[in-house]
Amino acid sequence: MQLETLTWLIPLPPILAFGLIVLFFNRNNRLSHSIAVGAMLISWALAMIVFANAITTEHLGEHPIASSIPWLPIGETTLRIGVLIDPLGAVSLFFVAWTCLAIFIYSIGYHNFGKPRDPEDRAGLPPRAGGIDPMYARFFAFISLFAFGMLTLVLSDNLLLLFIGWEIMGLCSYLLIGFWYGKESARKAMIKAFITTRVGDVFMLLGLAYLYSATGTLNFREILFNEHVLEMLASTSSGFLGLSAAGLIGILLFFGTVGKSAQWPLHVWLPDAMEGPTPVSAMIHAATMVSAGVYLVVRFFPLLAAGWHHGEALTPTLTLVAFIGAFTALFAATIAVAQNDVKRVLAYSTISQLGYMVAAVGIGAYVAAAFHLITHAFFKALLFLGSGSVIHGMEHGVHHTHEHVDPQDMLNMGGLRNKMPVTFWTFLIGGFALSGFPLLTAGFWSKDEILADAFANGHLAVFIVLALAALLTAFYTMRQITLTFLGKPRTSAAEHAHESVWTMTFPLVVLAVFAVAAGWVGIPEDFPLLGGIIPNWFHEFLGGTLLEHPELIEFNPVPLLTSLVVALGGLFLGWQVYRDVKAGEPDPLERPLGSVYTLLKNKYYFDELYDLIFIRPAYWLAETFVSIWVDRGVIDGFLHAVGRASLRLGSFLRNAIDLPIVNGMADAFSQGVKRVGHGIRIIQTGRVQGYLILGTFFAGLLLAYFLLFQP
Amino acid sequence: MIPLSWYLILSAAIFCVGLFGVLARRNAVAILMGIELMLNAVNINLVAFWRYLSPTFIAGQVFVIIVFAVAASEAAVGLALIISIYRRRTSVAADDINLMKW
Repeated sequence: MQLETLTWLIPLPPILAFGLIVLFFNRNNRLSHSIAVGAMLISWALAMIVFANAITTEHLGEHPIASSIPWLPIGETTLRIGVLIDPLGAVSLFFVAWTCLAIFIYSIGYHNFGKPRDPEDRAGLPPRAGGIDPMYARFFAFISLFAFGMLTLVLSDNLLLLFIGWEIMGLCSYLLIGFWYGKESARKAMIKAFITTRVGDVFMLLGLAYLYSATGTLNFREILFNEHVLEMLASTSSGFLGLSAAGLIGILLFFGTVGKSAQWPLHVWLPDAMEGPTPVSAMIHAATMVSAGVYLVVRFFPLLAAGWHHGEALTPTLTLVAFIGAFTALFAATIAVAQNDVKRVLAYSTISQLGYMVAAVGIGAYVAAAFHLITHAFFKALLFLGSGSVIHGMEHGVHHTHEHVDPQDMLNMGGLRNKMPVTFWTFLIGGFALSGFPLLTAGFWSKDEILADAFANGHLAVFIVLALAALLTAFYTMRQITLTFLGKPRTSAAEHAHESVWTMTFPLVVLAVFAVAAGWVGIPEDFPLLGGIIPNWFHEFLGGTLLEHPELIEFNPVPLLTSLVVALGGLFLGWQVYRDVKAGEPDPLERPLGSVYTLLKNKYYFDELYDLIFIRPAYWLAETFVSIWVDRGVIDGFLHAVGRASLRLGSFLRNAIDLPIVNGMADAFSQGVKRVGHGIRIIQTGRVQGYLILGTFFAGLLLAYFLLFQP
Repeated sequence: MIPLSWYLILSAAIFCVGLFGVLARRNAVAILMGIELMLNAVNINLVAFWRYLSPTFIAGQVFVIIVFAVAASEAAVGLALIISIYRRRTSVAADDINLMKW
């Protein structure tokens, strides 16, 4: 079969699975997950075939696997729908397929398949005692749709189709965050996530419209792989703050990323999205949705950087991107230090790592950003699934001991390494990858490349901020590992935790392999000792996506040493500070940091701030201003006035015109007709002869008239 | 040769007899007979005018034949009606047939 045809087929099995489960098989749990996982398996297999073909194609950047058909005729042009596998698409497809498949398999175990349903469990609430989730089939339907959205987005060859995949994922994230809709916090989180990302999406849609009006096409290749279009966009003025058209479009599209990838200031939804089941957290925060945001900026890097050349000062657009990314990276990392919920730490870590990628795009480190996107997808999916496994084990302990502790609070854990060895080792690998543990892990290579790029191109501020963020990352990661797995159990629930089933641990092992191995493809060639053993395939391959092949940066010991110091130092500090936290003790940093700790613990009060400046004014606007004043006062008042005036006018018309004139006339007419009829009916005798006599008489009269008066 | 006016006078006389019969007789059959008389008076008129005024045209005779045909049909329908009425009301008096009165 043609490769293009295979590519078209990749997203279809999950959407079919969604339809089948929703329409026919939602009563049968086994069939539902078989269909969902089977469909994902088919998609995965197709994706691997396409990927294998893509990486063996020479000059894939110039000759991508692309196919499209006309879709919407608009005026004289036609929007086309199609698939595109260029180097960036190929590697994205690779990590999406793997992580999605791992998460699908993991979900089977996570939702306690095989256990009897607890009669006390209610739909919309998490299972209380380890029974199968009451809405098991629904979960698989939703994640299938989610996978469809992500695969569509990655395979799309134009911005509109990408936007459709993007919005499908927005919907799915809303549905899945609120999967346990019986909890009020989950309901609030789903709405928050939906509305916050919507803010970014509106700007993105504006950017899309602007791009279409400026170029007349939304196809990636025609815009991003076309010097003339890029030059035209870069030299056209947008008439807004002195930005070029490319700059303004780039900023608008970037706002979409800010919402979807939870960058400051739209980061608030992501930590709350932890209300969903853990596979959802992995799905949203690692494999798909947030990666989609970064994928968009990476994809549109040529547009963002239009008119900018390597080594020059950054354009305003790139500066904004770099600033938001670097700021978010540090900002979220500081918050993560003070969180106790095992999933929230990971959520902030995700925000921080996405900030890394965005900052990398901002300073022009295109390959490094894409590299980190992929390695991060693997190890963050691993960490989330691992934390889900931990929570699962803790819930078992809580249920076993009837102790009322929060199974997600890390201060209640400790010593889990012996109870959950597979989870521990895989989590350790994921955590070290996240911290950038030197040489071994994928996170080191990708993060190091970003730092090296920032340093080599003279973006010192970005470099320092990112290095600081890396230090904090290593610190809170080690804090998490130490609190969760090392030391002694701090609660009896933690003592009774147990390892999860194989459907959960198997994906962890697979992802752990990638968390280590994914970095090997991008080792710089001039790296001391290790460089050149494996060629820097990633740079060569991915660089083909751009018109201008990005240059390799020269090796410099400063960023390498920095990244070694921050990674190892952070890990050591984290271990040192948290290694002997006793049960019931507060966080060791709480006292020395004082009010700073409170500030971090409360996430810089951003939720409260947004509550104050957006939500309350919105409520006030809705309840007081619009509802009471405008709606009931002005609009209702006006309507009532109109109503009363109409009533008066109506009764006047009725009494003055309708009744006397119209009715009177009609009555008089009918009465007149009746009277006349009454009067002349006596001549109707019913005797034919009488009529004849009358007729004859008048005929005689006529005859006489004619005879006498007409000669 | 007999002048035209004689025919016209004869015709008028027969017409008047017929008219009187139609208007004054109570028996419906007699009324029908009166109608026949009136029609035939007209026929005499038509034939006389044809013969005296325009013998080259055949229109007068044709008219007479049409009148015969109509008269025969009318007599047939009329008699049928009268028989029908007689069967229902055992009367052929025109005064008794006043169903069409208000």
